[in-house]
Amino acid sequence: MKYIMLIYQGTALERQAALPEEEQKQVYADYQAINQTPGVTPAPPMGLPQNATTVRVEGGKTLTTDGPFVGMKEAVGGLFILEADDLDAAIEVAARVPAARYGGAVEIRPSEVYW
Amino acid sequence: MVVTLDQVFREEWGRVVATLVGFLGDFDLAEEAAQEAFAIAADHWPRDGVPTNPRAWLMRTARNRATDRIRRERALAARFDLLVAADRAEAPMNPTAFPDERLELIFTCCHPALAVEAQVALTLRTLGGLTTDEIARAFLVPEPTMAQRLVRAKRKIKAARIPFRVPPAHLLRERLDAVLAVVYLIFNEGYSGRDELAAEAIWLGRALTELLPDDPEIRGLLAMMLLHDSRRDARFSGGELVLLADQDRSQWNPTQIAAGRAELDRAIALGGRGPYVLQAAIASLHAETPCDWAQIAALYGELGRLSGSPVVELNRAIAIAETDGPEAGLRIVDGLGLDDFRYLHSTRAELLRRLGRTDQARDAYRRARQLTDDGAERRFLDRRLTELAATTDSG
Repeated sequence: MKYIMLIYQGTALERQAALPEEEQKQVYADYQAINQTPGVTPAPPMGLPQNATTVRVEGGKTLTTDGPFVGMKEAVGGLFILEADDLDAAIEVAARVPAARYGGAVEIRPSEVYW
Repeated sequence: MVVTLDQVFREEWGRVVATLVGFLGDFDLAEEAAQEAFAIAADHWPRDGVPTNPRAWLMRTARNRATDRIRRERALAARFDLLVAADRAEAPMNPTAFPDERLELIFTCCHPALAVEAQVALTLRTLGGLTTDEIARAFLVPEPTMAQRLVRAKRKIKAARIPFRVPPAHLLRERLDAVLAVVYLIFNEGYSGRDELAAEAIWLGRALTELLPDDPEIRGLLAMMLLHDSRRDARFSGGELVLLADQDRSQWNPTQIAAGRAELDRAIALGGRGPYVLQAAIASLHAETPCDWAQIAALYGELGRLSGSPVVELNRAIAIAETDGPEAGLRIVDGLGLDDFRYLHSTRAELLRRLGRTDQARDAYRRARQLTDDGAERRFLDRRLTELAATTDSG
């Protein structure tokens, strides 16, 4: 089963920036380890939500707004693809993502065609 | 012995569905196949007689129905998920020795990726065999809402691939609390007259104690269920509900009381002081003569602090009414926001009746009756209303 792992930073970036250098290094190492976990396909680094542009179409007219679709705090901060046997295996990888323990979260979406 | 289809249904439904889910890897398919098999049984058995091994018959029939359906659908659209199920369905199956996979089923139903309401509903549906409507009534939600909840839960199990298994050791602890809550709810459903559901809940409780023998809360839950179930025969007389204080104690089951107290002792020896251990201790005190209401009120107080539940507070009010009088009990009851809960109104009614406030008591009994579907409970409330009609208001 292919899962898309969406990382929400929440307050994690601020909290990580305030960490002692050793612990910050650990955060980088943890992300590195996730990227090297068997079954993981890393996605290109995702820029900040404040640099995002949201596009909607209403009545045939394209409406472009500054920022992410939801608020800054709720915006997706990154993602990777995980090939895993089942949801429990995906939950275990998600729990290793530093954002998850610094006030952010990881959302697991099974990759499926629903349209 | 005459075996009715209803008995077989109650006894076998959970096991048949569990085995089919394990076998087919698909909740919807398993449930539909089980339903078809039971419907065929309802048609054939009265005419041809009940087979010697009803479980094997049901399992074989359900498996065949599932295989047929998969073949039909495969012809229509080569859906990958159904192909997987088809492969499993065509694997050899021993028709006499079916593994009991109800634990795998309950851990899947109670997976934290599902909302708690969905966990409870799914377990009651797949394991307990309750209908969607019965589950909806037990949880005070409209039937379409409950149906939607079940559909979404099954869809998510399949789409996100929630595993069908007993969790490995490092996950077991955190997965257990939801399972215990669900077992307790099944027991409660059984307590209002559906004995086989109470037995199902006790079976699950016992199986869980074998799996995690040192967990005090599982033992507390099992103890509580055994102690309540020991009074099952005394709770009804000629189909009519009998309150605890009026029960014929010679009808209590002494073996079950002893078994319940032994489980409680073990739970306490293991250092347990959680919600289920507390409730078991309360149930044990209820089985004593005379009843130590002060101790019961104190335990309900402790339980209320742990759970924050207004239903617990309602029970504490009943104990307080015994120690400090109905007025004190009523003060607590009137501060609770449980307007749709029938036992709030029947408790209020009883306390008002004791205070001689007959008119208010009558209104409260009527409100309780409006909220009650259960026949025996309705008749009990009717009797109370009849008794009140012969009394005049002195409050």
